[in-house]
Amino acid sequence: MNQVSTRGDPSSSGLNNDVVVGVRTRYGCLARMGSLLLRRLAVMPPLLLLIAALVFALVRWAPGGPFDRDRAAASPEIERALAARYHLDEPSWRQFARFIGGALVGDLGPSLKYRSHTVTEIIAQGLPVSAVLGGLAFCFALGVGIPLGFVGASRRGGVGDSVATGVALLAVCVPSFVAGPILILVLAVKCGWLPVALWGGVSHLVLPVVTLGSYHGGRVARLMREGLVDVWRDDHVRAARARGLGEAAVILRHVFPLAVLPVLTYSGPLLADLLTGSFVVENLFQLPGVGTLTVNSALNRDYPLMVGLVLIYAALLLVLNLVVDLIHAWIDPRIRHA
Amino acid sequence: MPDHARVRGAPSAPLQGAWNRFRANRPAWIAAMALVGMTLFVVTSGGFLAWGPNVLSESLYQPPSARHWLGTDAGGRDVLARVCAGARVSLVIGFAGALVSLVIGVTWGSIAGFVGGRIDGLLMRTVDVLYSMPSIVVVIVLVSAFRDPVRALLATVVGPSAEGGAGLVFLVIGLGAVSWLTMARMVRAQVMSVKGRPFVEAARALGAGPGHILVRHILPNTAGVVWVYLMLTVPAVVLGESFLSYLGLGIQPPQASLGSLIADGADQINPIHSQVWLLLGPGGMLVGFLIALSFVGDGLRDALDPRRGG
Repeated sequence: MNQVSTRGDPSSSGLNNDVVVGVRTRYGCLARMGSLLLRRLAVMPPLLLLIAALVFALVRWAPGGPFDRDRAAASPEIERALAARYHLDEPSWRQFARFIGGALVGDLGPSLKYRSHTVTEIIAQGLPVSAVLGGLAFCFALGVGIPLGFVGASRRGGVGDSVATGVALLAVCVPSFVAGPILILVLAVKCGWLPVALWGGVSHLVLPVVTLGSYHGGRVARLMREGLVDVWRDDHVRAARARGLGEAAVILRHVFPLAVLPVLTYSGPLLADLLTGSFVVENLFQLPGVGTLTVNSALNRDYPLMVGLVLIYAALLLVLNLVVDLIHAWIDPRIRHA
Repeated sequence: MPDHARVRGAPSAPLQGAWNRFRANRPAWIAAMALVGMTLFVVTSGGFLAWGPNVLSESLYQPPSARHWLGTDAGGRDVLARVCAGARVSLVIGFAGALVSLVIGVTWGSIAGFVGGRIDGLLMRTVDVLYSMPSIVVVIVLVSAFRDPVRALLATVVGPSAEGGAGLVFLVIGLGAVSWLTMARMVRAQVMSVKGRPFVEAARALGAGPGHILVRHILPNTAGVVWVYLMLTVPAVVLGESFLSYLGLGIQPPQASLGSLIADGADQINPIHSQVWLLLGPGGMLVGFLIALSFVGDGLRDALDPRRGG
């Protein structure tokens, strides 16, 4: 356990340690997982409130206001009226209380930049786009990364390993804002096989998904390869072979479940990150997702939109990390029966 | 004890071993040489390139040629000179930002791991909370908030010549301030595993104070983890800077960084006529640095942790 969390992906939740402490029986195990689940769920609301408060404080204390970037300089009366209309003249704590009160019933208030829309509307429009894109990119990253890691580990030291490791390295080292334009130029502009940009049919999804997922595919491949190489040498694998199990059974039952744990740990934060959009990809392909909104809301000091988006990200991250820890405990007998 | 002497003295035995293992690791050693070579080329390029990075000329959008190895841009400026200038900026920001994250992360993590108990809980829960905030939002607000104050401060303290430097300072601080979380976790884990070892108890039995034990006995033993993670942080900060420059928040024109050059190059991709060298020049340089750093990082990790072979 300790090994996995220090060596595997650094973003693994520090709360993992909760799972380790002793469990002997199956019922004890279930009870323990149940109490873990309840405890982690109970911490979430205050944690989210704290995160909202921190982001709110950060954006309210930073110089600059939501109306600074409006085209015409407003006269003092108009500015006062705007401030009063959006309660910006109230003390910060009341603004925050008002925001949280609304958030509890699903109303995040009006956006301070796109003033004819509520934040809830704006997010409801953008989130499906980002979620589809991010979900597909997640599948792409795992679908390419896990086999690639497998090839690397099983042909260790050979040509296949070099090729697989090289591809993974290249994927990790070519950032999306370099890979994206090159993909567009080659596959869309020069060859004309795929549309250059915009949101439409399935063909519109290919380039953004590849651009978004390639880096993470490379990361997954590297984690998978390392995990496999480590577990392959373990005593329990040798024992399984000694019991006369076939190589396929050994890999499927004894190697893979443990070797995939670093990938699993990485995939929680990864999915949260991907589902909430990417500025670079949405900007490159002109997609109406929430990644652009996140960046713009921070630039515009549009705090209701910004805190709303941060809350969605944080909630997703907390839930996914919990799911990852539960799957972890379910897979890894060292944790389950420790 | 010899342990004491080893830490104080010249290169200690374990580090010497790690150095030898690193040199024996062919790809890592070649990558390290390449990294040094690229850095030297970029740093000294001002001396031997015929054009400065900001010198305008009438030959706009020239493709690569013997005169302009990487072509020219919209202002007729030599792309190679601009890429070198941009790489200098990106490298400085990468290493300085990683250093900032190192200082914060090591301090935070070692205090949490060494003191333990309530303080540990408090510090690490803070890290958990910060982890749950998208760093891009935090860094955008930090950078856009502190840009003008830092600029004004530097202008009054150092003089108007500090304009360009101010851009670097707030980027370094902003990016360093959001990339120390993992470092803190790594260092904490390492400190906790080291602090129970017999030599620490021996030092305590000899009457060493907690500060002495932490600085002299425990922190040197976290060097492996710190080095490895530092090599991972440098590319992350370089990428973060590229991203901010891509947004227009980082380096301001006419200064260039690899990120801003890539953003300019990406704008030139269009169906009518694509000046692709504007993208490939800075993009290739960035990818080259990232690949070299990645090999060096892997090599360091293998060298510092002899249990794992490549």
